[in-house]
Amino acid sequence: MDGAYSDISKHIRVYMMVFAALSAGTIITVAASRFDFGGHLNVVVALAIAVVKASLVAAIFMHLKWERSLWIWYSLALCGVFFACLLALPVITTHDHPALTETKTWDVTGNEVAPEHAGESHAPGH
Amino acid sequence: MSAHALLPYTVEPHPVTGLYSGKLGTWLFLASEVMLFGALFSAYILLRVGAPEVGRAAWPATPAEAGLSWKIGAFNTLVLIFSSVTMVMAWVKLKMKNLAAARGFLAITIGLALLFIILKILLEYIPKLQHGHGPAHNNFFAIYFTLTGLHALHIIGGIVVIGYFLLWGHKLWHTNPEYYTNRIECTGLYWHFVDLVWIFLFPVLYLMH
Repeated sequence: MDGAYSDISKHIRVYMMVFAALSAGTIITVAASRFDFGGHLNVVVALAIAVVKASLVAAIFMHLKWERSLWIWYSLALCGVFFACLLALPVITTHDHPALTETKTWDVTGNEVAPEHAGESHAPGH
Repeated sequence: MSAHALLPYTVEPHPVTGLYSGKLGTWLFLASEVMLFGALFSAYILLRVGAPEVGRAAWPATPAEAGLSWKIGAFNTLVLIFSSVTMVMAWVKLKMKNLAAARGFLAITIGLALLFIILKILLEYIPKLQHGHGPAHNNFFAIYFTLTGLHALHIIGGIVVIGYFLLWGHKLWHTNPEYYTNRIECTGLYWHFVDLVWIFLFPVLYLMH
């Protein structure tokens, strides 16, 4: 096990390279946000850069690159499945109805009331 | 001393997992943390997609409109990345049997963590609250304060743990240096995870329109 860490000076060089890459990645993230890739692509680009940066942190700083125990990898795989489920929830929820673009009001019989008439059904004597 | 003897596999790998037990425990804890932050990211997407286009409840058109400066966000990102480097260097120095240098790196890590928190409170939270943009203002600020607030609590938790190993926990080094080194590695795993969460929070909150 110690063999993986034996040449520690090599480690330091890798850490410094990752530090430089992460700093550059931060600048690229900001620069990319200034550029309009069009529609959803902006979100995809921003998250893609974040995934690369996060992978560098996990692989190098968190030593995953040198981990051989399957217990960690199985745990992370299971974690990944449930994480995907969590992110799928809002997608499933919103996929069959549109975003709220206006405030809707319903009267006591369940009929939709136009916004300009909202509140009138509650008027006394109506 | 006797307490250490009661805890098996603090240094030598467990025959079943091939890991010292603290490392497996830390990774399982981090997996639960992914679920915690994942649920909040999920809530963020749901609130954002469902937000009305006009009115007080509308999502801010740009981060700047919500009073979020990308300069502060980017600077704090660099602060956290740098603190991850100093944290891993503390572990490297312990591997090189240099406790004094390792404690120096731990102290720098705490300093950077404090800088992150102070900037967050002084330049972000306080001005927003003064403008009446607290969590109660609308869903955007509610999820903004929840996500960044929970992250900030993790930073404070990190400061407490690293502070303990810097000031008192290092006594373990003189009786069981490998055990202490492993504890710093586990602390580092947690600290890098906090950095990793911020790597996603920064573009999501400060850059996306």
